[in-house]
Amino acid sequence: MPKVKRITLDILKPRSPSSLEFAKAIADQESPCRVQLTVDEVDEKTESITLVIEGEDIPFDAITETIQNLGGSLHSIDEVEVEGSGTSPRQE
Amino acid sequence: MFQRIRFLLKLSQAQDIARRYFFTNGYDGALTMLGLNMGFYTTGNIPTTVAINACLGAAIALSISGLTSAYISESEEMKKELAELEKALVADLSDTEHKKATQWVPVWIALVNGFAPFLVSLFIIMPLFLEQLGMSLPFSPLESSIACALFTIFLLGIFLGKVSGSFWLWTGLRALLIAVLTCVAILILES
Repeated sequence: MPKVKRITLDILKPRSPSSLEFAKAIADQESPCRVQLTVDEVDEKTESITLVIEGEDIPFDAITETIQNLGGSLHSIDEVEVEGSGTSPRQE
Repeated sequence: MFQRIRFLLKLSQAQDIARRYFFTNGYDGALTMLGLNMGFYTTGNIPTTVAINACLGAAIALSISGLTSAYISESEEMKKELAELEKALVADLSDTEHKKATQWVPVWIALVNGFAPFLVSLFIIMPLFLEQLGMSLPFSPLESSIACALFTIFLLGIFLGKVSGSFWLWTGLRALLIAVLTCVAILILES
């Protein structure tokens, strides 16, 4: 099963929770992740952010659920780094 | 549980609102009790049971008024804010923490708004209860109750000073001055 090692997401989120709380909630997964959050644009009620998440095996579904739970919407996946485990059968 | 409440209050930025409601309605309760007790004091010869019942009645009315008014106004206000946020995000927030905050935060704010005057009132009329229980007080129950009201208002002033970062003694004395002026106005008008 390939493991997601690094992923870059473009997200629109409400101003509250703050970027710090948002990043902490995303980093606090069962499989811990390292999160780097950059605020690209600030509006009256919203913020456009770029999230760079790094980990041994990033739980993408749990992360998107956390993002949605905190009111964020995932605009795009801008970058992905995946590592294969080499266990899938080769095609002859 | 408290962490969850704190998180939702922070998310909806309602901590300041709850604090403001606590002061405003606590202050309302304290001044109402002060006014009632001053009225009984100037009338003279009021049985303690009558004073307790009148004060409790006012405290319950203030509490229910605080509970309902805060719940109605805050829930509508928060629904409006959620709708504006949904519009700004172009997203449905019905399965999010923001929606939960819209449902629960008005309840907590209403509880703060309702219980603040009730608890403050109970503290102020404590000397009346103690007299009923047969305890001897250094002053008459009404005088003790008035002193409790002045002390509570002074404490609320200090609380406000601590919150705003102003000099606590000044804000405490300012609140106390308003209470003393209220007493003077009652004494002048009722004499």
